[in-house]
Amino acid sequence: MGDTIWIGTRKGAFALRADARGRAFRLSGPQFLGHIVHHIVQDPRDRKVLLMAAKTGHLGPTVFRSTDRGRSWKEAAVPPAFRKAADGEKARAVARVFWLTPGHPSERGTWYAGTAPAGLFRSADGGDRWEPVAGFNDHPMNAKWAAGLATPDGEFLHSILVDPRDVRHLYLAISVGGVFESTDGGRDWAPLNRGVAADFLPDPAVPFGHDPHCVEMHPACPDRLYQQNHCGIYRLDRPDDTWIRIGKSMPKSVGDIGFPIVLHPRDPDVAWVLPMDGTAVWPRTSVGGRPAVYQTRDAGRSWRRLSRGLPTRQAWLTVLRQAMCIDACQSPGLYFGTTAGEVWAGPRGGASWRRIAQHLPEIYSVTIAR
Amino acid sequence: MGKDCTVRVASPLRSYTGGAASVTARGATVAELLADLDSRYPGMRFRMVDEQDAIRPHIRLYAGTREVRRLGEPMGGETVLHLICALSGG
Repeated sequence: MGDTIWIGTRKGAFALRADARGRAFRLSGPQFLGHIVHHIVQDPRDRKVLLMAAKTGHLGPTVFRSTDRGRSWKEAAVPPAFRKAADGEKARAVARVFWLTPGHPSERGTWYAGTAPAGLFRSADGGDRWEPVAGFNDHPMNAKWAAGLATPDGEFLHSILVDPRDVRHLYLAISVGGVFESTDGGRDWAPLNRGVAADFLPDPAVPFGHDPHCVEMHPACPDRLYQQNHCGIYRLDRPDDTWIRIGKSMPKSVGDIGFPIVLHPRDPDVAWVLPMDGTAVWPRTSVGGRPAVYQTRDAGRSWRRLSRGLPTRQAWLTVLRQAMCIDACQSPGLYFGTTAGEVWAGPRGGASWRRIAQHLPEIYSVTIAR
Repeated sequence: MGKDCTVRVASPLRSYTGGAASVTARGATVAELLADLDSRYPGMRFRMVDEQDAIRPHIRLYAGTREVRRLGEPMGGETVLHLICALSGG
């Protein structure tokens, strides 16, 4: 059986199932038609398990869990929710569950969730009962880190990363707020934004308040982080704490603005981005109406354009931060979904592209399940 | 603990009631009634009421024909609670 590409949309969940050779894809769904589905994530520790972050226009946010590869789903008994506010304290309520991350391989059943407004939540039972991570949500600096400088769709907590070498070592990102790191399992956190531009702030040298769109940790080299930010593309090699703007080597006519960044499953020098127009009023569409993926094979020192098969004119695509992913093939295939409901596949590292689904609702996430 | 009330369930919430448009719950206040409803149909309350006990933006509750603003309001002799989902746009 080939991989399944899960597609979370503004109007439900869909799946594209690949044949054994990964060439033909069959669309199934919708499931949860009419639900706003932000993220669908497989548990790498138990591949039958999937979690889905969803809500509807009317109903509050929740998490659904499948233990049979997405054939059936059951709602979490206790969805992510902030603790009850004390008298005089600002009351926070989860408006949407935006991000899901499986926990450390040694902690079977542990999951993390990121929400809007920015909150971090943890489940120890496979996603059925969720608890706030007080070390972040009630951190003395939380009100400044998550100051409500929201994106148009809310203030998202996303890109929750778990170091495979150390269960206590975590990263997360807030749009808008920045990247933060914990080395004690989430009890304490510190900003990690040195070197990242924040052109939209009066003081661009602030320690937090940045706008990371997507942060990824390389699975085979967890000291290497990549970040697609509102203000460029960055790489950070720990234990350094200063991000390097690798987007400076992108073509000037294209720029280095976008939402997703995708890493090669084995080679830490290889990554892909999908540039969006970040000029003037920020159209956030493919630059010049000519969509292209850009790949680096040298950790960001240079980039090459991968657009064979993509439209060559009048194609104003927007691809959101969770809507691009990569499979684990020897020569990995890439997939991205657009807000206009198209899914594109780029086998062999995006050497060429073909559309494998269209006419879907606005796509929020594209993820791989093996 | 109040008397049995009829709860009229809007279609987006009927996945919790097995498709029923009308169910029964008991409570002297709206809060009590929703707690009883949630014990019968687990998870239903949180989709309508957030963790700070605020009614969600696109949910409206009516005790009889009176709109409920706070969960502590008594049912006040009303025997029907309407759960209404109010949303516009595409």
